[in-house]
Amino acid sequence: MMKHAKGELIARPHPPSRGATGQFASLKRYQSLRPSYFTLTMATLNPRHEEGFFYLLAAIGGLVSAVGIGAALYMEHSGHVVTGMNNQIVWGLPHVFAIFLIVAASGVLNVASMGSVFGRTMYKPRAPLSGLLALAMISGGLAVIMLDLGRADRIIVAATHFNPTSVFGWNVILYPVFYGVVAVYLWTMMERRMYPWMKVAGFATFIWRIVLTTGTGSIFAFLVARQAYGTALLAPMFIIMSFCWGLAVFLVVQSTMYAWNGLTLPPLVLQRMKNLLATFIAAVLYFTIVLHLANAYYAKNIAFEYFILFDSEFASMFWIGQILVGTLLPLALLFYPPTAARALWVNIAALLVVVGAYFHLYVFIIGGQAFPLDIFPGYDVKSSFMDGAVDHYSASLPELLLSLGGLGIAFTMTTIGVRILRFLPQDDFAQLEAAGD
Amino acid sequence: MSTPDNNARRKFIAAAGAGVAGLGFTAIAPGLHLMAVGEANAATEARKAGTAASPAVRWGLLIDANKCAPGCTKCIDACHTENGVSEKLPDPRQNSQWIRKIELVDRRNGRKTELPMMCQHCANPPCVDVCPTGASMKRADGIVLVDRHTCIGCRYCMMACPYKARSLVHVPLTEQNPEVPRGQGCVESCTLCVHRVDKGQTPACVESCPEGAMVFGDLNDPSSAIAKRIASVPTTQVRGDLRLDLGVRYQGI
Repeated sequence: MMKHAKGELIARPHPPSRGATGQFASLKRYQSLRPSYFTLTMATLNPRHEEGFFYLLAAIGGLVSAVGIGAALYMEHSGHVVTGMNNQIVWGLPHVFAIFLIVAASGVLNVASMGSVFGRTMYKPRAPLSGLLALAMISGGLAVIMLDLGRADRIIVAATHFNPTSVFGWNVILYPVFYGVVAVYLWTMMERRMYPWMKVAGFATFIWRIVLTTGTGSIFAFLVARQAYGTALLAPMFIIMSFCWGLAVFLVVQSTMYAWNGLTLPPLVLQRMKNLLATFIAAVLYFTIVLHLANAYYAKNIAFEYFILFDSEFASMFWIGQILVGTLLPLALLFYPPTAARALWVNIAALLVVVGAYFHLYVFIIGGQAFPLDIFPGYDVKSSFMDGAVDHYSASLPELLLSLGGLGIAFTMTTIGVRILRFLPQDDFAQLEAAGD
Repeated sequence: MSTPDNNARRKFIAAAGAGVAGLGFTAIAPGLHLMAVGEANAATEARKAGTAASPAVRWGLLIDANKCAPGCTKCIDACHTENGVSEKLPDPRQNSQWIRKIELVDRRNGRKTELPMMCQHCANPPCVDVCPTGASMKRADGIVLVDRHTCIGCRYCMMACPYKARSLVHVPLTEQNPEVPRGQGCVESCTLCVHRVDKGQTPACVESCPEGAMVFGDLNDPSSAIAKRIASVPTTQVRGDLRLDLGVRYQGI
């Protein structure tokens, strides 16, 4: 396969020499070795403009991050009175953003696992980018969670006082180890001497990301107090959600990087990845249906199910945001032949999945708290503390800025990461064909 | 704090007490504290300074909803005065409420009841399970508390509490009661007036109730007033299905 029109590399031939595992050798090095294969350029930007554009993006990301941190300082100074959260809805928009980033961070690693653990050759060149995205997103998510604490200044206490029965307590182990295994995994992928350890590191990363997402789901699974939570189903459901959301983010970032470099995602790769995304979307839908059916089966939870599905501000978010925009529409785009074959529509489908994920988490986290606790089953209750009453939440500006700050951190880390290190996936089609992948 | 000298003295006292007076069970070990059932059973006896809370005691409340007068908020006023809970925020949902009155209407027959609701001081408290730093804790005598020095304000305990008993302090505080430390960004709830209990007094809400609807005492002591009442009348643990073994019991619901 050869280069086609300017800015549209469809594929490239097998490189003449490779390392032990080969597939991650740098694009630039290949260019210097076999310049005839490569005339690809930044599609529309000359190097100086391209560099300027990078600094612009990094500055925007940095600014959004800085504003988010500033908002957190304002909240820290004033107290949570400046947020829309209260004593009934105790977790708000920052938690929606943070949990999305954390769940998607572990999910994006699935791309790497497909290559290293399940031996799918096509995914191996994508492993470094998936590792970088994982680190970037989990950093953004954790920053938001930690800066939203009532006493963010005491975060060190979380490291020095450990409660083994707390899922949050487990996080003190889960997250640092996650950073560690992903960093080592990246090292084995990007340092030739470490190649022999790549499979072991990949396998360890896969196991740990499953453990980590089990922990995230268990944060809610272990809550006996509220009808929206308290089911073991949430642990596997969060894992499949992470697969779906992580892959959607990966597709969008990958396409952006290809476009940046004047490349087009090879049709074979696009086809495989969009099929995988569709499978994950369907799996999340399956879990969603099972969760709500199971809840509706229990008489004690019927009122809550009616509330969340039909009789609240969250009902439209569920049906339109989560189901229509985040599930059915992407599935249609990914299976309808005229759109399924085009990178643009696949990317739109992936973006819709991300939008749907936010609706999903908003309904799950905020909606789950808005419904009153059933402290006295069989009684109508009221009090000065919102007993028996549905609560209404609207995020304040500082919360929104803090939440966006998490995205800013993830964006900045990714932008800088792909700029200074070799993260652009490089497909080796001869190898793919040889592997029958 | 225990020192070797203290332990030796305790051993001597315990041996002498057991041998001469033959009073009940005495447990003693290095690093632990002298426990005497006779002492622990005294429902309102002050805890000596420097001694730990006794696991032989289980402090509890019995609330008779039949006696709780409609519209009366004396227990709430007394609690919030005693504990310095005075902030009034524009959004009332952000105010701390250590205790609140709940009005109940039975859907089957329309029967109305009122009762005070606060931390139920569970034997198996979900808030303690989920707290990442161990700031949410259960004292040996069953009182569930928050260590204000290690609470990081994550609010996981508020998510976990089935009784909505906890509040986050949403604003900076001033003019606190020195015996009841509170602080911005920390979670708090009813302490069962632990500072009063340790002095041999009863909680402020109990003392303030004009109807005598609340009884405080040691659930473990069969001779205490609260234990006798629980043994003689039907009482309820709210959300008993959760099997949390509550320190607060209700009568008349």
